Amino acid sequence: MIQIDLKLFVTLSKYSPKNSECLKIPEETTVEKLIADLGIPSDLVKLIFINGKMQDLNYLLKHNDRVGLFPPVGGG
Amino acid sequence: MGISKLEGRYDRNFDTLSHEEQKTLGASTVVVLGLGGLGGGVCEMLARVGVGHLTMIDGDSFEASNLNRQLLSQEHLIGKSKAGTAKKRVNAINSEVIADAQKEYMDDSNLYDGIKNADVVMDCLDSIDTRFKLQDAANKAGIPIVSGAIAGVAGQVTTIFPNDKGYALIYGEKSRSQSKGVETRTGNIAYCALFVSALQSSECIKILLGRGDILRNKLLIAELWTNTFEVVELI
Repeated sequence: MIQIDLKLFVTLSKYSPKNSECLKIPEETTVEKLIADLGIPSDLVKLIFINGKMQDLNYLLKHNDRVGLFPPVGGG
Repeated sequence: MGISKLEGRYDRNFDTLSHEEQKTLGASTVVVLGLGGLGGGVCEMLARVGVGHLTMIDGDSFEASNLNRQLLSQEHLIGKSKAGTAKKRVNAINSEVIADAQKEYMDDSNLYDGIKNADVVMDCLDSIDTRFKLQDAANKAGIPIVSGAIAGVAGQVTTIFPNDKGYALIYGEKSRSQSKGVETRTGNIAYCALFVSALQSSECIKILLGRGDILRNKLLIAELWTNTFEVVELI
């Protein structure tokens, strides 16, 4: 298992697991798999940022990654 | 004559800004697209800091639901034009600013003409579709865009220069993006709108002065429930 710091924002926050800041997940987990495992509809996730850099669904999560997921935001 | 006809107007801008920089701002033109939660704050701040020419564009009129966050809205202005109100507000703050108001919605037919004389365009729009159309027009005109977007107490700001990938990095490819974000469910809270409009105003001033760090190919993300503030590299 590896550990990540996961933050889910705005409408995604309701999918936050307990202890999301030190979440244990299996090795070789992609962002796409993480989103599915958390029960988040994939079309709700627009921005994936990991350690301060934009990534895509295929990113392979690593131990101690800081992961943030954002929905689409377009209001003015 | 000094920098302003009204002695002392810009005294508290110095020395954060130099006198030369103040003159540069006075000779600058900024177009503000969208005069809601973001646009109202942007017009207020740019007029006060001393941008010399503001063109403010929105086809909408005020409704009661604007009062929770839109700086330009007031109860007695419900039904009145946002653009006309913005012009009066800017004139009242700083009569030395040339304030133009256009009461029209922007689309492919009028975007280019609406922005072509600007040094910077402020994207304070509430439609993702129109943001992409703005980027096409700004590319053609060779003008940078400062874009803000909000939902609830979350917001994001980026700066897009001509021929940057821009919105596609944030919203995905144009053809696959939705017209609206989650703000249709979260609404927008006043302090978040004004916070993001302040960040946009700061980006605008930095571009006009060629100074400071610009959010080009970067996205500043903020979420106020958790005090999250992060600048994400988009490429």
